[in-house]
Amino acid sequence: MGIRILEDKCTGCSLCVESCPFKLIKIVLREKVSKPHPKYKKIAVIGQGCNLCGACLEPCTFQAILIERVEEKPRPDISKYRGVWVFAEQKKGQIQGVVHELLGEGRKLADQMGEKLCSVLLGEGMDEAAKELIAYGADRVYQIEGSILRNFQDDPYTDVLTELIEKEKPEIVLMGATAIGRSFASRVAARLGTGLTADCTELAIDLKKRQLLQTRPAFGGNIMATITTPYNRPQMATVRHKVFRKAIRQGNRHGEIIKESVEGRKFSLRSKLVNMIEDITQTVKLADADIIVSGGRGLGGPENFRIIEELARTLGGAVGASRAAVDAGWIPYSHQVGQTGRTVCPKVYIACGISGAIQHLVGMQSSEIIIAINKDLNAPILKVATYGIQGDLFEVVPALTERLKEVLG
Amino acid sequence: MNFIVCIKQVPGTTEVKIDPRTNTLIREGVESIINPFDAYAIEEGLRLKERMGGKVTVISMGPPQAESALREALSMGCDESVLLTDPAFAGSDTLATSYTIACGIKKIGEFDLIICGKQAIDGDTAQVGPGIAEKLGIPAVTYVKKVEEMSEARIRVERMMEEGYEVIEMDLPALITVVKEINEPRLPSLKGMMRAKKANVNIWNASDIACVSTKIGQLGSPTIVNRIFTPPPRKGGEMILGDPTEQAQKLIERLREAKVI
Repeated sequence: MGIRILEDKCTGCSLCVESCPFKLIKIVLREKVSKPHPKYKKIAVIGQGCNLCGACLEPCTFQAILIERVEEKPRPDISKYRGVWVFAEQKKGQIQGVVHELLGEGRKLADQMGEKLCSVLLGEGMDEAAKELIAYGADRVYQIEGSILRNFQDDPYTDVLTELIEKEKPEIVLMGATAIGRSFASRVAARLGTGLTADCTELAIDLKKRQLLQTRPAFGGNIMATITTPYNRPQMATVRHKVFRKAIRQGNRHGEIIKESVEGRKFSLRSKLVNMIEDITQTVKLADADIIVSGGRGLGGPENFRIIEELARTLGGAVGASRAAVDAGWIPYSHQVGQTGRTVCPKVYIACGISGAIQHLVGMQSSEIIIAINKDLNAPILKVATYGIQGDLFEVVPALTERLKEVLG
Repeated sequence: MNFIVCIKQVPGTTEVKIDPRTNTLIREGVESIINPFDAYAIEEGLRLKERMGGKVTVISMGPPQAESALREALSMGCDESVLLTDPAFAGSDTLATSYTIACGIKKIGEFDLIICGKQAIDGDTAQVGPGIAEKLGIPAVTYVKKVEEMSEARIRVERMMEEGYEVIEMDLPALITVVKEINEPRLPSLKGMMRAKKANVNIWNASDIACVSTKIGQLGSPTIVNRIFTPPPRKGGEMILGDPTEQAQKLIERLREAKVI
């Protein structure tokens, strides 16, 4: 198991060197590492830290790089797993927005595979919501009812979903990459011993192998990786908000609702939800926002967030902030966008007085349209902006708000 | 009480650059740091120890050079440290990593609370924390922004959510993953640095932690990386000129054309 350079084939040509995303390949003199070769003086060597991604295989015209993925363990029988599932996350009975996006994407995957699209809904009094899932594209809904399932709680949710997966054997399980989804999916996948790919932004199917090709950003979006789960089922993925198009609601769709109750069943409840406190400023819902207006150091002080809030309110958007503004205590951490804050991908991101350090960029660079308002023409944010405005934000932002109020009425 | 903090050594992010010619990640000369979220986990472990008494053990899995991250944690005030390192761990995905670290924690012995950062800034998965909890059979709460109360048997925490926060009570032993808001990590003291220099870092390999060979490394990883590529770099767009009113007007026209307002 591992990666090897085939000494008799490598010519030391260095074609592979640049293909390595981790810069681990070096060309050295053969005499330092192996036997001499009648024709070639040099050879490639692979440094420590290789994760066997295979990026170097294709560029090597001499087939001198070998990755051995030896199978030494019996693989589970995966032939009985069928269908695409979407976990229907609900809060206070409301199906979360990302679920409709997952149903849209899940429908496509299911159709390509010729399989059913199913949705799993855990909660209490969710009859109407279950019907809605059918209208949004599900062929079948597993509706599990119980007062203990009213709100997300780790233990009962994990027990219920893993049991259902073991019984029904879906081929693919998708969840939103929400605060709940990302931790819940990890626990379920770990209990099932199957693969889970976090925060996907692209999904496709390899029909021949029946594999889900899961593409996700890593290193804050600086590289993308396509990941598969070849030998285990289900193939699980959490999917980022706002990446896929929402399914179109069709009120006349028919589907099957399988309703079960867990009322009366004893669950362990080692972690218990005591209270839910909502942030009073609605402008904080960064994950769901189509438009985000963010302020940074250029605002100069906490009182100036007022103009950011007003623009956000006018656009019906949320308020974000750079780390500099949060660390200065101008605005709470829950607004922070970037590496140590939240990753967002709205349709429109308006950065006001934010220079655009890499840590900020990685948190917002997948936004559809980026608008940057900055005094400094050399600010890095202007290099990624769809529309750049060089100017004083204290003039531009109010002018924009005022004009928008006129236009939007 | 016994606290265990899990940390990862990652490339210092300010240095993460893409080679514009080859579109690959430049790793040369990149310094390694403790994953920023893990620094909050260390600090929280130290604060809870100061409040409750006990010991903080810091654990990491990685190549031999990750020892320097553990020494840094020791210099902040952690009492003991463990590095899980073995070529057999190479190629681990989040499941294999969770399993391996869980095996390491079992060898450490009794514990009351495990603290992890919410995610590592290189992989960004946020899966290993809950994965460790599952492999150890203990409860977990992710995205913790405050520890409200802690007793011998229970902990009460605030968990950051999209629309606010949840208050959750949990039985111990348990695991939490923490976000930046929870505290401000301390700097190592001079005394701490001196102590860390001389301190013993326990180095354990696969056989030391009695893990099953089919559950670690590449063989224990259900997921594989098929392809790595660089997304096309975002091209700089249009500069909108004029006085503020004209700029506002032109921008609104562009947004209308794009049908976003």
